[in-house]
Amino acid sequence: MEQKPNVLPLRMEDVSYQYEPDARPAVSHVTLEVERGSFVAVLGHNGSGKSTLAKLMNALFLPTEGRVLVCGMDTLTEEKVWNIRRHAGMVFQNPDNQIVANVVREDVAFGLENLGVPQDEMVRRVEAALSAVRMSEFAETAPHMLSGGQKQRVAIAGVLAMEPELIIMDEATAMLDPSGRAEVLATVRKLNREKGMTVVWITHFMEEAAIADRLIVMNDGSVALEGTPRQVFSRVNEIKALGLDVPPMAELAQTLRERGLPLPEGILTVSDMVKELKNVLCPSK
Amino acid sequence: MLKDITLGQYLPGKSLIHRLDPRTKILLTIVYIAMIFCVSNPVWYVIPLAFLILCAKMSGLKAAQLLKTVKPLRFLLILTFVLNLFFSSGETVLVSWGILRITREGLITAVHFCMRLIFLVAGTSVLTLTTSPISLCDGMETLLKPLSKLHFPAHELAMMMTIALRFIPTLIEEADKIMKAQMARGADFESGNLIKRAKAMVPLLVPLFVSAFRRAGELAMAMEARCYHGGEGRTRLRVLHFQKIDWQASLVTVAALLLTILCRRWNLL
Repeated sequence: MEQKPNVLPLRMEDVSYQYEPDARPAVSHVTLEVERGSFVAVLGHNGSGKSTLAKLMNALFLPTEGRVLVCGMDTLTEEKVWNIRRHAGMVFQNPDNQIVANVVREDVAFGLENLGVPQDEMVRRVEAALSAVRMSEFAETAPHMLSGGQKQRVAIAGVLAMEPELIIMDEATAMLDPSGRAEVLATVRKLNREKGMTVVWITHFMEEAAIADRLIVMNDGSVALEGTPRQVFSRVNEIKALGLDVPPMAELAQTLRERGLPLPEGILTVSDMVKELKNVLCPSK
Repeated sequence: MLKDITLGQYLPGKSLIHRLDPRTKILLTIVYIAMIFCVSNPVWYVIPLAFLILCAKMSGLKAAQLLKTVKPLRFLLILTFVLNLFFSSGETVLVSWGILRITREGLITAVHFCMRLIFLVAGTSVLTLTTSPISLCDGMETLLKPLSKLHFPAHELAMMMTIALRFIPTLIEEADKIMKAQMARGADFESGNLIKRAKAMVPLLVPLFVSAFRRAGELAMAMEARCYHGGEGRTRLRVLHFQKIDWQASLVTVAALLLTILCRRWNLL
């Protein structure tokens, strides 16, 4: 596979998108860059334009203004569309509605079949993708016998087999139960850490967004807040004004600060809180 | 419970017949059908009978399993028999009762037609009992592929069949869910006459259809996201290979067909 180390996996330049010519833009003037190997979360409530944003990233929607570059390829160039979708794989929300074949192994191969990959290489890539999401033992299972989390892992394997530069998870955990959500998040986080896979994680769950390297908060089609999760979640009041949840510890820290306790910014977890409280309350230790 | 439904009649197994290439099985089924239609005298059904027994032995199917596939046909069989028995023209009257009379020729035709139906259904069932719907689908696609030069949508047809097979369990599960939701709100699917029960299905079918269309839209988008752009330039993960056993099976079947034709030609009996 060709490596283009200098080209960003994803770059959006002043992108707007309208579903209808006169409609309010679902996405307006979004500019963002996703660096190779990073884990970027896009957080927003329903109707914030985050799912539309996702579909702009692999040429499922074409921007009405601005441009989207996937590995340097403009999504508006029609002949590059299949190449773009190979580089920017996408996992969708509903696990049932994205599995095409009757057997797990064949569904993972679906993208490769479409790309015309030779059969012997296909077998190798399918095995590798299945083992990367720890689904090898289910290779011969029918998809409807799997749990939601397992189905999403199959969908991830289907994308991985195409050896993409970037995986877009379009609310891929929204329809799963908590354990399925944890399972899918752990799988993708591991791919990101161990294989350097670039991930765009679109969600409305604050807990999932908190583990990203970089967090983008969408509101009304544009970027409302951006930064590391620590930076973003310290702005408790702004986030609440956007109708989103704040990690409980960040909220507690904010309340304590308002009551006069000199806690620093960026407390997200219980262990952060314990550490900082010790520093403030027993400075001698 | 609904999750474990099996599609079609497929009985999984590892016999020689199960392992035959699906293309071989489809083609040989056509040869078998030709053989049935070549039988000119009920006596010569011994050839397809012998052939069927051989298939059953080799595939591990029991006679009862094959006969079960004929069972839904029983009314049609009775009708065929009765009509042919009374309304065939013939000379040698065996029994006569008022305007009804049974002739020797009528009796022979009646038996002949019934045998033909039974053998057709039982024989083609060997195909569906020993071939999974997926490999049937694969076999059909490869066999129909040459026709795509004549703009016959072979790949599209196979893709539709695959997707249909994939979504049947999903939609059954969904129907079950909707049914329970409607029953929880007092819908009654079980009592009343046929028309009343059919009417009760409407609140089940409408949401099921709406959701099926939504699923179709989402699936289309997911397929596009994975670079699906029709059958052109597509490779396959599973490649079918003819093996020695396929040639042997073909030999036996074609021999049986030739034997049947010979019996017809020479008008033996």
